[in-house]
Amino acid sequence: MIFPMATVFRYSLLEGAILSPDPTFVGLQNFKTLFADPVFLQSIGQTLYFTVMSVIFHLIIGLAFALMLNSHRVNPRVRSILRVLYILPWLFTAVIIAIIWRLILDPNGVVNAILIDLGLLDFKVEWFSSPKTAIHALTFVNIWAGYPLYMVTLLAGLQGIPKELYEAAAIDGAREPQQLWHVTLPQLKPIIVSIALLDFIWTMQVFPLVWMTTGGGPIHATEMMSVYTYKLAFSRFQFSLASASAVIIFILSMAMTYFYIKHQNATN
Amino acid sequence: MAIRSKKKFDATAWLIYFGLGVGLVFSCFPIVWMFFTALKSNTEIFALPPRILPEVFTLDAYRSIFSDPVKIRFFINSYLISGVVTLLTVIVATLAAYSFSRYEFRLKKPFNLLVISTQTVPPITLIIPYFGMVVTFGIFDTYAALILTYMVFTLPYAILLMTGYLNTLPKDLDEAVQVDGGTSWTALWRVVVPLSIPGIVATSVYTFLLCWNEFLFALTLTKSMDLRTVPIGISLLMGQHAFEWNEMMAMSVLGSLPLLLLYLLAQRYFLAGMTAGSVKS
Repeated sequence: MIFPMATVFRYSLLEGAILSPDPTFVGLQNFKTLFADPVFLQSIGQTLYFTVMSVIFHLIIGLAFALMLNSHRVNPRVRSILRVLYILPWLFTAVIIAIIWRLILDPNGVVNAILIDLGLLDFKVEWFSSPKTAIHALTFVNIWAGYPLYMVTLLAGLQGIPKELYEAAAIDGAREPQQLWHVTLPQLKPIIVSIALLDFIWTMQVFPLVWMTTGGGPIHATEMMSVYTYKLAFSRFQFSLASASAVIIFILSMAMTYFYIKHQNATN
Repeated sequence: MAIRSKKKFDATAWLIYFGLGVGLVFSCFPIVWMFFTALKSNTEIFALPPRILPEVFTLDAYRSIFSDPVKIRFFINSYLISGVVTLLTVIVATLAAYSFSRYEFRLKKPFNLLVISTQTVPPITLIIPYFGMVVTFGIFDTYAALILTYMVFTLPYAILLMTGYLNTLPKDLDEAVQVDGGTSWTALWRVVVPLSIPGIVATSVYTFLLCWNEFLFALTLTKSMDLRTVPIGISLLMGQHAFEWNEMMAMSVLGSLPLLLLYLLAQRYFLAGMTAGSVKS
């Protein structure tokens, strides 16, 4: 773990890493080159948008499902069947998720057909290949694929909240919405912060899903930092530049990891 | 206004049921669509109006996969690599965990950091030096390249999982075996392993899942068709100009089957593995 990291840092300071038998030391030149590239800057913004939107919606959907599945108003058998079904999107590997959604969101596909039938669209939208919609379509797919982690952990968290807290709140005259706000959410907060931080770290590094849906296109509209890095390394073989870009992703991830570890230690 | 039957009408309950229904369509429609598309003929895939069930059920897509040695090879590779990594990981993790849980262990803090780091260090960052190393060691485009790199990711967490599990077993158990004249080894094989089956299952499921779904390393560290795993196989077929949607969906169904089965058969362990590290350990 430590040796490869040292290696990638070393590569990022060289010119001609991996390819040249005798690479030269160029200091921070690779980083300067990156920050002068508008596509790289665009990829930072897009990665941020994709990540923040994903985390917010993962949380909203995961929490909503968890609360509904935990509700005493719903038949227990229905709850246990739905719990199994709601987790399913999580079992699929990114490549398969990508291809399923490419079929569904195809211009001639089922989503367009339904939306046109309902009168919500008047033409066939090219969800993944139009620069306007591609990043939103991609984010939507990632939201679909990622909410179950939140749902499962929050459901476990909900079941761990002591009943006495609700009884006490009820005695104090708190109605259900108030109980949700003053008892449930504060109790879940440590779990929510933990998962949201981890999810932020993981989503920021997303590669296969983007690679398989849009490949970063059209015209860089869905370029993510990881895809940008991969193309530099394995399409253009500029390993030094790619290493610099990979180091930047690493530093961002580690900054978030620092908060994550701090949070974990504070809650333990 | 609500019709008052014997039971009091409960608007909240109806609202929740409605929400659950919407949730069901949202989560499962794409999966159902995948299953039935795999059973359609190619002319029917974009038929209007769209229908979930095929007019004519056909197994052609599956037939064509099972008659193509290249595609069968993708599956063999996936099972082989995931199987070998799972086996090795479980063996090494059990031995390591046994010594950690039975003998004084000083490196707890750095080890926990290592576990967290294997989960948060970006794969895209690691792939570059690993590519360099794999080329240097002369194992580029071999099974070994994938098996070794996967183990770097699976072992730390597997050791943590197993140590946690072994710590729940009373120590007097294997001490009792040793008093009866057995060695640490006998204690391990006769007593500890049989008792830690649940921990071993959870570790295996977690490891298998990670390997089965892995994309970036499999894409980069192998090159020849003979060594490609299922996700890469699917992506390569997608890259061809005229691919058959029904066949791609059938590949996807087959490619998800082992995980679906594991999930349905071993739900408890599966979830323990899936939530790996995201819950407080």
